[in-house]
Amino acid sequence: MGLFILKRIGVMLLTALCLTFVVFFLTNLYPNLEKLAKTQGNARMTDAEVSSWLDNNGYGAPMLVRYGEWLGVVPGWTRTDEETGEIRGRCIDFGDDPAEAPRFCGMLQGDLGYSTVSDDEVSNVVGGRLLLTGKLMGWVLIVMIPAALVVGVLAGMREGSRLDRTLSTASIATTATPEYVSGVIFIVLLASSTAGLSPWLTENGWIEGRTLFLGSARSAMEDITFWNFTLPVMTLALYGMGYIARMTRASMAEVMTAQYIRTARLKGVKFRTIVLKHALRNALIAPFTVIMLQIPWLLTGVVIVETLFNYNGFGWTLVQAASNNDIELLMSVSIVAVIVVLATQLISDIGYVYLNPRIRIS
Amino acid sequence: MDPITWTGSLGPLLNPLMLAAIAVFVLGFFAQLLLNFAGVQPGEVQINPDHTLSVARSPNDYALMAMKYSVLLFLACVAVFIVGGIVQPSLEQKGIIGAMGQRFLPVWIAMILIFAVSVTFKRRLGLYGKLFDSPIGMVGFFLVMFWMLTAIFAGLVATHGAIDVVSQMRNEVPGSFMPDPDEGEYLAYLLGGDNLGRDVFSRMVFGAREVLKIAPAATLFAFMVGITLGLPAGYFGGKLDTVLTFIANLVLAFPVILLFYLLVTPEIVASGIPTYMAAVLFLFPIIFFVILFNSRFFTQPFTRNIYIFLTVLIGGWLYLGLAWNSDPLGIISMPGNILIVFVSVVFVNSPTVFRIVRGIVLDIKTRDYVAAGQTRGEGPWYIMLWEILPNARGPLIVDFCLRIGYTTILLGTLGFFGLGVSPESPDWGSTINEGRRLLTIYPHPALPPAIALMTMVLGLNLLADGLREESLRD
Amino acid sequence: MAEDTAYDGPILEIDKLSISFFTRLREIPAVMDFSANVMPGEALGLVGESGCGKSTVALGVMQDLGVNGKIVGGTIKFKGRDLSEMSPEELRDIRGSQIAMIYQEPMASLNPAMKIGKQLAEVPVIHEGISEEEAMKRARQVVEDVKLPDPDRILKAYPHQLSGGQQQRIVIAMALMSKPSLLILDEPTTALDVTVEAAIVELVKDLGKKYGTSMLFISHNLGLVLETCDRICVMYSGEAVERGSIEDVFDEMQHPYTQALFRSIPLPGADKNASPLIAIPGNFPLPHERPNGCNFGPRCDYFEAGRCDAGPISMAQVEGNDRHATRCLRFQEIDWSAPPILADKKEKGVIGDTVLKVDNLKKYYEVAANSMFGGADKKVVKANETISFEARESETLAIVGESGCGKSTLAKVLMGLETATEGQVMLDNLSIESTEIQDRDTKTVSSIQMVFQNPFDTLNPSMTVGRQIIRALEIFKIGNTEAERRVRMLELLDLVKLPREFADRMPRQLSGGQKQRVGIARAFAGGARIVVADEPVSALDVSVQAAVTDLLMEIQRNEKTTLLFISHDLSIVRYLSDRVMVMYLGHVVELGSTDQVFSPPYHPYTEALLSAVPIADTSVEKKHIVLEGDIPSAMNPPSGCPFQTRCRWKSEVPGNLCETEVPPQRTMAAGHEIKCHLADDILAQMDPVIKIAAE
Repeated sequence: MGLFILKRIGVMLLTALCLTFVVFFLTNLYPNLEKLAKTQGNARMTDAEVSSWLDNNGYGAPMLVRYGEWLGVVPGWTRTDEETGEIRGRCIDFGDDPAEAPRFCGMLQGDLGYSTVSDDEVSNVVGGRLLLTGKLMGWVLIVMIPAALVVGVLAGMREGSRLDRTLSTASIATTATPEYVSGVIFIVLLASSTAGLSPWLTENGWIEGRTLFLGSARSAMEDITFWNFTLPVMTLALYGMGYIARMTRASMAEVMTAQYIRTARLKGVKFRTIVLKHALRNALIAPFTVIMLQIPWLLTGVVIVETLFNYNGFGWTLVQAASNNDIELLMSVSIVAVIVVLATQLISDIGYVYLNPRIRIS
Repeated sequence: MDPITWTGSLGPLLNPLMLAAIAVFVLGFFAQLLLNFAGVQPGEVQINPDHTLSVARSPNDYALMAMKYSVLLFLACVAVFIVGGIVQPSLEQKGIIGAMGQRFLPVWIAMILIFAVSVTFKRRLGLYGKLFDSPIGMVGFFLVMFWMLTAIFAGLVATHGAIDVVSQMRNEVPGSFMPDPDEGEYLAYLLGGDNLGRDVFSRMVFGAREVLKIAPAATLFAFMVGITLGLPAGYFGGKLDTVLTFIANLVLAFPVILLFYLLVTPEIVASGIPTYMAAVLFLFPIIFFVILFNSRFFTQPFTRNIYIFLTVLIGGWLYLGLAWNSDPLGIISMPGNILIVFVSVVFVNSPTVFRIVRGIVLDIKTRDYVAAGQTRGEGPWYIMLWEILPNARGPLIVDFCLRIGYTTILLGTLGFFGLGVSPESPDWGSTINEGRRLLTIYPHPALPPAIALMTMVLGLNLLADGLREESLRD
Repeated sequence: MAEDTAYDGPILEIDKLSISFFTRLREIPAVMDFSANVMPGEALGLVGESGCGKSTVALGVMQDLGVNGKIVGGTIKFKGRDLSEMSPEELRDIRGSQIAMIYQEPMASLNPAMKIGKQLAEVPVIHEGISEEEAMKRARQVVEDVKLPDPDRILKAYPHQLSGGQQQRIVIAMALMSKPSLLILDEPTTALDVTVEAAIVELVKDLGKKYGTSMLFISHNLGLVLETCDRICVMYSGEAVERGSIEDVFDEMQHPYTQALFRSIPLPGADKNASPLIAIPGNFPLPHERPNGCNFGPRCDYFEAGRCDAGPISMAQVEGNDRHATRCLRFQEIDWSAPPILADKKEKGVIGDTVLKVDNLKKYYEVAANSMFGGADKKVVKANETISFEARESETLAIVGESGCGKSTLAKVLMGLETATEGQVMLDNLSIESTEIQDRDTKTVSSIQMVFQNPFDTLNPSMTVGRQIIRALEIFKIGNTEAERRVRMLELLDLVKLPREFADRMPRQLSGGQKQRVGIARAFAGGARIVVADEPVSALDVSVQAAVTDLLMEIQRNEKTTLLFISHDLSIVRYLSDRVMVMYLGHVVELGSTDQVFSPPYHPYTEALLSAVPIADTSVEKKHIVLEGDIPSAMNPPSGCPFQTRCRWKSEVPGNLCETEVPPQRTMAAGHEIKCHLADDILAQMDPVIKIAAE
């Protein structure tokens, strides 16, 4: 088991290294750097000025060296200004003594760089945003997983029954509704002052504000309430829910046709006991993996929902960083995303082994 | 002039009926759910002495029957609206639903033809024919065909151009009349105007064309890539499998949205990366077909050479045009922004296909007919492509349908973030994105594309579900 | 349960039972007009080919027919009470406590995520309401009863930690937890190896006696029923065709189907050339294509048009025998003792020169613990150890052994799918042991071909039958044009006695036997000189087995093929082979002509194997040798002699020779070799296992 985890972590690190390099490569392509130079320096720079600006700011080195610097395994660049004799460098903060500055300053040293958009240290930006998204994700998981499992188990325990058909069709419908569609429909139905339920409710004086739910989750960043957070959570939970429910149903249906369920039935075990004691444990092995792998999948949804509902979390930051060419911020965002993906994969692997006695004990 | 009503002259007659149908359906649904949880079983099938069956009905069955008939009533009302729309002369009488029904006339005719032919010959049509045994599959097929035909007949169905702007129609509600229509121009914006004064209905119709131009083709390419790599990975195993699986997992571990944001930007297009990626990815179909024919016909060199020559000729021509934009005849080309969208979608989808194919191969390669092929000295590629692949078609077809749906969602996501599409494009994702800014005040521009996208993906999912169910039933 | 003991009528009364399955299109009758009684302490065997409805009867008794199955007529009474009139609660009370069932697949019958002890204890907890602790004690007791070693460890184990034989013992233990009055066994040993099967059968018999349980034993194997049951009921296509006591049915059969069934299975003493098996002509009718009148009519030698196909036929009592009945109109007119009309006797093929010579062949596999990083700990599996034998033209060499004995690996090495680790394989004078199949020339490849075990797997489901044979012809470079190859393909279909229309059919339209014939045609497409047949008939029904076996023999005679017949079924091996090679854990333990191997002196393993095979003949007396334990894993073989862990003669060998040294190959007589440490005089003392009682 220990060896297994070690190997998994080894593969994870390798994956993380590859992925971050790809991101680094794509964000540091010349056109991006040129754009950066023009936004940082002067929009009307000539090509020669651009390349000298890049050179002066450490972007002139080969791609691999710069990746190493960012990672913190290659010493940060330093450059002496020929006119003033001032030493500047990657690791030298403005006004600090160059002699006291560390040689390495990269991700491994905890230095994630400086965000040009937010005008702040990247680590400060990402932390707060992550917390906000964490809250959102937490609520989504709390709503989504139990609901999906219950639906899946109910549908799968009697395959082909009406309950199964109803619930399966409903799950298919939710998987066919991406967040930007369900979000729009929810807003129109529940949070629009001109359409859906709200005008009717206001007319009858049943709600105080103009809309039932709030169409924007901006206020939820300070204070989460039922009225401002329901729609984003619902939107996000709905799309993932159908998928997990269908997986659970398939797994449950398969288990229910297994010979040992028939054995249990012919032993005289009650149907309820069969489902709870004999089937559930075996049926939940597959969905567990799916749930864990679903979490990184939710990331796309998070980006959409945070954009749609104006919630300045991690996904919103990603959009900002990407559309404003904020290279350092984007790098950190990708790191976090990659870590989330790999961590969930690891947990799903370990959990699978743990849940499945056939693998655990051998 | 007042806008057209939704239901026109038939409304007063049919609206109460439709409302009643909805009410009965909802009541029936909850009644059935409650009865189910209360433990009321569906009626038992009784066997009479003469071996005929009769059903003893329970309250549960009545609730279900009520639901069934309310759905039928609702559909009948819709049908009457559409027929009314086709028959009645003026727009006011047709109502919005009727008028739209009339615009879709070519779609209806083609649909009736397809269904009539398919149902008549369903026993001779293999898996496709069996689809018409499953209600779910038929509904799915209907939805998919509806949008397919709409895309084909978009020019006939749409009332206006996708980018025709009439500034007075900005944010007008559905059914609004044009201020001063030209001769022969359609009199109203059936689903209203968007924030620039374009016709929402027409944009939705043309959007179907945009989506269906890319999604199936991109999925097909993803399948080619996934199959060409998945087959050897599963069949040979070993180092090759380890390396390919690692790369596939690498791509899968990449958050899709981040990848899109990195890939689908003007800067990347300028760097030429999409062309290189296309150059690699588009090579796979040619490789696939060359190996396919070579492994099958290597015992008859003449036949083989003909096939391979044709593949390389046609494939090479398309390849030059699509990937390098240097078709010597100048017919085939793909604009840079579409190419990058296409390539990214293929790139994101192929690892999943790879994993599915690899899994199926691992299962099928233990079969005796594979061993029989090996013991008569067949090459590995013959076994993979002609012994294993045809027997994997069931799950692959099902996944193909699902994946087109997923690709449609991805394209929508791209449009939603305004990535890779021209700003004027009527594709559903961008239209939703444009509409959402004023969503709480003017919901009508964003809703139609949202519903269109949802029904099409739903149709694909239902189709896949029907296919899966029918292919298992043997 | 005091009130139950008072009841002394039949435990189970099935009266005119009819069961149908309902599909979207039609009603499919699975069982029709079936009657049977099981008295207390009695064991009833239910015999028939696959699809005859025997398992449906069992499920009908359990009232567990699924959503589509319905009882459409008749009654099933358990201790006088009609089961179909019971409420679900009453049924649940009876299931597991009074009627218990044992299935074919032991692994699938046990919940993989639940400990054995818990699964066992569940039964009395549900039915008798005793405490968990007490139930555990009971479980331990029963586990001991089914003779499992170390019960405490087993109770705490998960199912996958036990071997197949142990799992089946657990399933039996579970069925016996509440001391049921009726035990239903549905092919309980089909998935097990022969020697393990013998032990399980022994156990079931003993426990049945000990607990006084009545049994309903479902099997396709007549020999097994003979060994376990008191009474038998033969089923054909949904109907019981004959029922009576074992002796009556086996010795005085009164139904043509029963007779045909017995004539199509090889019995000791039968010879392939002198008295070939008689296959039942035609095919098993599909449920919706059953003929009018007698279901067996179209395949029956005694069929009388206008009478047998007139209308439904009911069971008729056979006078003079105890509860012996048959569903035949003409049973009183038929001379049951008349010898079968034999097709002309076949000339035995003349055995020619040596074609294949295997010398000192070894095949080791390296199994890595983890392939991701080329894991450090590697294990060597010795699949084949020093195998030497020769095979001559027109000769049938049988390779016999249970799972894990290395027979399939041997086949793979011969075919070139694997290369040998050491030793030599000579085809004519060409050494091929290290030439992989891709590197072999077309002639070599087409000379050695294979017939596979599973008929449902042997043909590519998405290619027509003709296409598949033509492909083999293409690969073997036979015929210059497509048309020539098509002609040759049709000739091959003739060779395997399939109609030429089959060329354009898809495999799913063929029955199992027909598919197997196509497989044979494909193997002979390139004029194969050596055919490796890997259990070619074991997955087929008895009546079809005979036809396919005879076909194989006939082609062999005509083509002078060398046949390597891999099998675990000693009856069929004895019937058709010239020489036999017995394998155990990768070693050849005995090699000799059929007569030499089947008569003493035996290798101890051969002796046990012979004794384990059930024989459907009441005149045969068999020594009962039950092997302890299971076959060791090839990953972790015992030291010294591979068989020493289970050998009953081990004590006759002085010292610990068996545990330390691999025995040498000893020549007993010309061409008869045994790998054993036993002294000559002890080997000479061995009695024959099978004795045919004097008539």
